[in-house]
Amino acid sequence: MSNVFKGVEPLVVKSKISVPYHWWAGETASAFFIKLRDEQKISGTWCAACKKLFLPPRKTCPLCFSAQIEWKTVQPVGTVTAFTVVRRQLAAMPRKAPVIYAMIKIDGTETGLLHILDEVKPGDVKIGMRVEAKFAEVRKATIFDIEYFRPAR
Amino acid sequence: MDKAAIIGIGMTKIEARRDDWTFADMAFEATRKALEDAGMTIGDIDNVITTSNDFWDGRTISCMAVGDASGASDKNVSCVEGDGTFGALYGLARTLSGSYGTTLVTAHSKGSQSVSSLITNAAFDPIYNRALGLDMIGACALQASAYMHRTGTTARQLAQVSVKNHGNALKNPVAQLGMKLSVDDVLKSEMIADPLHKLDCSPVSDGCCAIIIANEDRAKKYKGKPVWIKGVSMCADAYFFGDRDLSTAASLSKAAKQAFAQAGINDPSSQIDFAELYDAFSYQELMWLEGMGLAGDGAAGKMLEEGAFDIGGKLPVNASGGLLGGHAVIAAGLYRIAEVVRQIRGEAGAYQVKKARTGLAHGVNGLAGQSHCVWILGKDK
Amino acid sequence: MAKRAAIVGTGQTFHKSHRPDVNGQELINEAVSRALLDANLTMKDIDAIIIGNMDHFEGINYVDCWSVDGSGGTMKPVMKITTGGTTGCTIAIGGYHLVASGMFDKVLIVGWEKNSESDTSGAITTAFDPIWDRLVFAGAISGLAAEAQAYIARYGATDRDGARVSVRDRKHALNNPHAQLRKEVSLEEVLASPMLADPIHLLDVCPRTDGACAVIMASEDSAEKITKTPDWIWGTGNRHPYAYLGDADYGRLTSMERTAKEIFKKAGIKEPRKEINVIELYQPYSFAGIIWIEDMGIVPPGKGAEYIWSGATDMGGELPINPSGGVISCNPIGATGLIRCAEAAMQVMGKAEGRQVPDVNHAVSTGFGGCWWTDMILHGKKKPNY
Repeated sequence: MSNVFKGVEPLVVKSKISVPYHWWAGETASAFFIKLRDEQKISGTWCAACKKLFLPPRKTCPLCFSAQIEWKTVQPVGTVTAFTVVRRQLAAMPRKAPVIYAMIKIDGTETGLLHILDEVKPGDVKIGMRVEAKFAEVRKATIFDIEYFRPAR
Repeated sequence: MDKAAIIGIGMTKIEARRDDWTFADMAFEATRKALEDAGMTIGDIDNVITTSNDFWDGRTISCMAVGDASGASDKNVSCVEGDGTFGALYGLARTLSGSYGTTLVTAHSKGSQSVSSLITNAAFDPIYNRALGLDMIGACALQASAYMHRTGTTARQLAQVSVKNHGNALKNPVAQLGMKLSVDDVLKSEMIADPLHKLDCSPVSDGCCAIIIANEDRAKKYKGKPVWIKGVSMCADAYFFGDRDLSTAASLSKAAKQAFAQAGINDPSSQIDFAELYDAFSYQELMWLEGMGLAGDGAAGKMLEEGAFDIGGKLPVNASGGLLGGHAVIAAGLYRIAEVVRQIRGEAGAYQVKKARTGLAHGVNGLAGQSHCVWILGKDK
Repeated sequence: MAKRAAIVGTGQTFHKSHRPDVNGQELINEAVSRALLDANLTMKDIDAIIIGNMDHFEGINYVDCWSVDGSGGTMKPVMKITTGGTTGCTIAIGGYHLVASGMFDKVLIVGWEKNSESDTSGAITTAFDPIWDRLVFAGAISGLAAEAQAYIARYGATDRDGARVSVRDRKHALNNPHAQLRKEVSLEEVLASPMLADPIHLLDVCPRTDGACAVIMASEDSAEKITKTPDWIWGTGNRHPYAYLGDADYGRLTSMERTAKEIFKKAGIKEPRKEINVIELYQPYSFAGIIWIEDMGIVPPGKGAEYIWSGATDMGGELPINPSGGVISCNPIGATGLIRCAEAAMQVMGKAEGRQVPDVNHAVSTGFGGCWWTDMILHGKKKPNY
C-alpha cells in the first residue's frame, strides 16, 4: 500500500441492519402450530414411501419428493440424542445463561426436535435421558408453546 | 476431469481486527499478492470469482464491495456465497468449461465487524428453530456431545487438538493466534458451551485469501510452480438437525469418496500425505478425519495422542495452525487450499511437512458441518 | 473435456404478491417438481444444485443449506451463487459452467424469493456503500429515475415513450398464466398513475412478488436423450463494475454494451436485430425497454423509442420482447433473471404455449441488478459449432 495513508486514524462507521421480517409459516407449519396451541399435541408428517415420520413436519417428503404425506400425532416424550449447556451469554439467546439445548428424538419419529431442557441441573443431563414436553400455559402458536422439555416422570 | 492447476496464492495476515482495512482493501491486497506470486498482471486474469456472505458483511449484494478490488473491472465475474472452497470449485468449473484460461478466486471475511452469534443464529429456520437462540457455537457443541458420546473421544483429546494447532500457528506468519498451550490450559479455559471450552473454539478473525486457477495450457505460461488439482467434490446433508445423525459426517464421507476417486486414490490413509481441515472447533478435526476415512471410526483421538497429526507425524494435519490459528469465516477454506499449495511447493518454512506430494484441503458450509467441499492437490500432473 | 450444455426442462410457480400458504422451502419445491416433470427426470438424475436469492429479503443465512428440503439437495452437491438482481441469470450461467466443465452432467438451478417477507426497499438500500451512499439513497427507484432523466436529456424521449413499453409488457402478460399481474392497461392509465420518481409512474415499474423458478441443464452427452428440442447455450457473459452512485454513466448501460458485444462476437452474430428472434429482457421499469435495447445493439443509440412505437417488439412483430410480460408483470427478485432464462428456453424449445413466438432460432435472456450490472445468455435451437 502507498504511504499516503501513513498516520491516518482509522475511523469506524457504526450502523445496524434493521429490516423487519414476517415469515409466512405456510399451511404445513400452521397446521402444526395450531394443533400445538389448541390441543397441546405434537404432530409430524409420515411419508409412506420412505417409511419415515418427519418432525418438524414437511409438506413434501424431503427425500423422495412425494406429496403423499399424512399427519401423525406423536406422544410428547422422547430421548436426548445430543445436548449442550451454553454457559456464556451469547447474543442470540432468549434466556439467561446457562441454557441447556438438546436434540430430542421423539418416540415414533425417525427425526428429532431441537429444544431447551429445564427442571434439570446441567450436570445431570445425559445422552439417552428420557424427557417430556412441558406445554406453556399461554400458547401463541410458536415453538415456545412447548415451553421446554424436562425429565420424563 | 480435465487438468487444471493452482498457479498463484495470496493471503493477508489473519488478524483479530483490522480497523484500517475495508473489504476492498483486503481483496486488493490478497489479489495483488496472488498475482505477484504467479508472476502475472491483472490483464492475465480472464475472469474472477469472489466469495462472500451478505450477513457477515452487513450488506446486501456483498460482492459489490470487492469485485473491482479483485480485478474484475470489465471482466466476467460471479460470486459464490459460502465457504471459499465452494467459490474455488466454481472457479475451477469456469476454467474447465473452456470459457476462461485463468480464474482468480477471492474470499474475505471481517468477523470483527459484526456479532457472530446473531449472524449464525440466522442460519436456523425462522419457523421452527431460530427463536430457541442457538448459534454456531451451540450447534457445534451439540454435535461435539453426540460425536464424543458415540466414539468415546475425550475432552483431553479435544484439548490436544487445540494445543497442537495453536502451537503450529506460532510457526506460520499469516496465522493470528499462535500459542504455546498445555492440555490443562485448554481444559481450564472458560466453558462456553459444554463440551467446548474457549480454547476449543476458533477465534473471530479478519482476512482475505486469493488463488489463481489455470487450465493446462495457461499453467505453463507463468513463472509459478503449478500445483495440480486432482479431485474436487462437495456434498450437503439434510438441513434439520433431527434429520441428520449429528455424530457422523455423512456428507463429508460422500464428498471425500468422490474426490479420492477422481484423484485415483484407493487407500487415502496411505496416499494422502497431509491435510488442511476446517477445524472451527477442536472436535471437528478428529470428526472430519474419521469422516474422510483418514482415521478409523473413533480412532482419530488416539492417533492424535500418538503424534500422528503433528508436523513431523505420519499424517500432518493443520500444520498451518488451521482455523484454531485464525478463522476468517468465509475465507477459511480458501486459506486451507492456499496452505496446501504452499506445502506442496515446499515453501512452508518452519511448518513445512516432510512429505508433501499429495495434500487434502477441506471447507465447510452451514451449521455443524452440513455441507463439505474436499480438494485433493498434487505435485504431479 | 469441455462440453456443450443445454436447457432440458423448466418449472415455475404461479407467481403472486404473497404466498402465505407455503414457506420458502415449499415454494422452491413447487418449481423444482415442475422442472423435473417437464424434463421427465427424477431427483435421482440430478448431479448438482445451484440456488440463488438475496439474503436480506428473507433474512435466512446459508440459504443453500437451509433449502435442501425444497431443492432436493440432501446428500448432493449444493452451491449458492448470488449477485443481487442479476442473481437469476448469474445462477443460470453458473449451471452452464458446472455442466460445460464436465464435472456434473445434469444440474438443477433454482432461483426464488419471497419478497412479501420483508421491506424490499429497506433491504436493497443496504446494498449501497455504508460509508458513502447508504444514508442518502432510498431503494432502487431513485437510481432508475436518474437513468431515465439522463436518457431523456440526451435523446429527447418522453414519459409517453416509457408508457408504451409498459403497455406492451402488460398486454403480453395476458398470455402467461404464471405472471403475477395480468391486466391490460392503456397509455393514459400509465401516465395517470402516481408519479413515483420523475419520470417514473407507478405503472412503469415492477411489482414485488413471491415466486420460484427452476431450470435443468444437461451436457451434450444426455441433453438430446432427455428432450428432442434442447435449448443450447451459445454464450454467457456479464459485467459487474463497482460504482459509487456518482460513477455511473447515467443514460447508458455500459455493462450491457460490453457483454452483448462479447457474446455476439463469440457466436458470430453480426446483425442481432435480424438474427435474434425473441428477447426476455430483465427490464425492471419501462424506460429500460428503450435504453437497454440500444446498448444491446438491436437499434442505434436514440432510436429505441421509435423502434418500440413501430410495433416491432410486440407479439407478431419483427423481434418480440418479453412475451412473458417481463419483470413489470412479475418480480420475485432472486428468480427474476432465471425466469427470463426459462422463458427464453421455452421459446427455443417450442414450449411457450400462448406466448410462443414462431420459428425461434436464437433467443436472448438477461439479468440486471447491482450497480448497473448486466448478465446475459444467448440461447439457440442448433447445437453450437464451438
